Amino acid sequence: MPGTNIQLHPNGKLKHFLSIEGLNRGILEDILDTAESFTSVTERSIKKVPILRGKTVANLFFEASTRTRSTFELAAQRLSADILNLNISTSATVKGESLLDTLHNLEAMQIDMFVIRHQDSGSAHFFAQHVGPGVSVLNAGDGQHEHPTQAMLDMFTIRRHKQSFEQLRVAIVGDIKHSRVARSQIHALNMLNVGEIRAIAPRTLMPEQAGKLGVQVFEDFNEGIRDVDVIIMLRLQKERMTSALLPSEKEYFQQFGLTARRLALAKPDAIVMHPGPANRGIEIESAVMDGSQSVILQQVTFGIAVRMAVMSMIASHSAEA
Amino acid sequence: MKTLIRGGNLIDPASHTDGITDVYIDNQLIAAVGQAPDGFEPDQIIDASGKLLIPGLVDLQCRLREPGHSQKATIDSETRAAASSGITSLCIPPDTQPVLDHSAVIELIHHRNQKSGNRCHVYTIGALTKGLHGEELSNMGALKDASCVALSNTLSPFANNLVQRRAMEYAAGQGMLIVIQPYDKALYSNGCAHEGVLTTRLGLPPIPEAAETAALAKDIELVAQTGARTHFGQLSCARSVDMIRQAKQDGLPVSADVSMHQLFLIDRDIDLFDTNKLTIPPLRGENDRDALREGLQDGTIDCICSDHQPQDIDAKLQPFPSAEPGMSTLDTLLPLAFRLIEERLFLSRLEALARVTINPARIFNLPAGRIAAGELADMVIVDDQCHYQCDAKNFVSAGRNTGFQGWDFGARAVTTLVAGRIIE
Repeated sequence: MPGTNIQLHPNGKLKHFLSIEGLNRGILEDILDTAESFTSVTERSIKKVPILRGKTVANLFFEASTRTRSTFELAAQRLSADILNLNISTSATVKGESLLDTLHNLEAMQIDMFVIRHQDSGSAHFFAQHVGPGVSVLNAGDGQHEHPTQAMLDMFTIRRHKQSFEQLRVAIVGDIKHSRVARSQIHALNMLNVGEIRAIAPRTLMPEQAGKLGVQVFEDFNEGIRDVDVIIMLRLQKERMTSALLPSEKEYFQQFGLTARRLALAKPDAIVMHPGPANRGIEIESAVMDGSQSVILQQVTFGIAVRMAVMSMIASHSAEA
Repeated sequence: MKTLIRGGNLIDPASHTDGITDVYIDNQLIAAVGQAPDGFEPDQIIDASGKLLIPGLVDLQCRLREPGHSQKATIDSETRAAASSGITSLCIPPDTQPVLDHSAVIELIHHRNQKSGNRCHVYTIGALTKGLHGEELSNMGALKDASCVALSNTLSPFANNLVQRRAMEYAAGQGMLIVIQPYDKALYSNGCAHEGVLTTRLGLPPIPEAAETAALAKDIELVAQTGARTHFGQLSCARSVDMIRQAKQDGLPVSADVSMHQLFLIDRDIDLFDTNKLTIPPLRGENDRDALREGLQDGTIDCICSDHQPQDIDAKLQPFPSAEPGMSTLDTLLPLAFRLIEERLFLSRLEALARVTINPARIFNLPAGRIAAGELADMVIVDDQCHYQCDAKNFVSAGRNTGFQGWDFGARAVTTLVAGRIIE
């Protein structure tokens, strides 16, 4: 609906978490600050706080996931929520139940929060439009649209290492066209006033008019990586080769793989990120992935705190509403 | 039954008439315009003063969903919608289920229409290939005998260019008009919205312009090769307009239409995944819409169709890429035609209304689209002084999937006559 923002309560607080687009800098900074306070919880020996006690969170995954689903699950558990995990690809919709019927049936079980991953762009908004008034939807990836919690954990990781965003040069490298992660990252980086975003990809993996998203477009990795502070590598899916988007994994690695030699073109203290799962030897060399500039495993750790932050912010506002 | 329609402002584009004129109807036909025929004693008089009297609208592309998808709409529901909106002739494309490749299916449609009271003249466009599979030619002679007004393969691809060439040649030999929606299936891929900033932002699978224009270039070449008279339907791209303009300049026997919604809506209107604006071809960019309007003004595009595609609620109640395409447009065709007049797209309302009456009738050679002595008495009395908001809840069509919810309209059909009968 134009004019209204489905993600926010009338008071501007978070109701659903569907896309970075449509949020604002204040909310993103709130999420990062709240996540900061939760990192200490996850480092304690008793890793639980009672913020979601008595609430039920349903993980509704229509697409496979390891990292995102398990960190959402851990986040919910550490907030003391009850959690229901549903792997829908083997469940009801396969038997012909409509998406909305599946959703409404789960709602009838008094679920408070849905964490949803679905293969259709826009599905998170679709679910949010159709849940009951007290129920919230968190987007764990909708098609090629957005993956907002991933972007926030990336922002968190960047802030941990680089403090302020304003002076940073960030490169996003790889299959930007099909990447929901890249879209969310670009929105988030722009919202946080990052100095420069570079989108680096072969033309077949670059969306139309990508420049309008507020990025500098590069087709040459060596040129694009020069003097950047942050390098975010994207996963290359194998089907890109069979659908004539790329000639071969080997050629891709030669032109767009992150090697130690290429990394040397970036700033000496540049950090290397990857949302996972990474293909070693295709988009990233093992030496870089396991090297001192890689913060890839920290991203996973921070994912829990960031998801706790988003869930707790939504829960506290829905309690107020 | 003799009817006098008195005091209306007659707008008849075919005869360039725009003025207050009485019309005399004798049974199915118009007996006279202006002067009463000798001894004409009307059985009923319809007062049209303060209103417009225009030819019934002619729609070259309208899906009634029957046979095959009567959960979405039926011949009964949609001819009712057509008549209530002043559409008196409409053409059904052959992608029904079963496909319109056999006279029995065509007879069924006419039978159902008759059972519903013949509220509208329903014409059929036959399939160019058997089952629309694009491999073997349909029995075109039989389809012609069964009263098909044109032949098309809709959006189903031909197996190869050779089949398309032969289908066009054979149809032309039968004297049949060919209708083509330029469509390259591979370039469409799984796309659901116009490739551009919107698809980049929303991560929607994109439909490039070339999905239409690459096909259109090939189609035009096959027209040049075969000389087959061809009508191009539902164009959506600026470049397509240029190509048709050039083809006409080259003297090729081509004509073209555009869907009414393409003249108003653009990709941006999809906003946050509004499935009612999911259409094939997709809503394109602003420059495309403007070029379509220009093409319509300068005559490159001959006419406007509804491309009516009523959907049931569940078909649209899906995430955007999984929803079914199409808009329910019968209820909005006439008010939008008057909006074009209001927006001064044309020099006169005669020119505007020609695009939905006489022009489509001429291309498909239908006995419709004009108000003159001896013609079928298909006409509509229009109130063009009203103001209301478009609300799908009030649609007569079974499909509520409009892209114009909440729009301000200033014209509506008040009374529709089909072959001299007032359609209630």
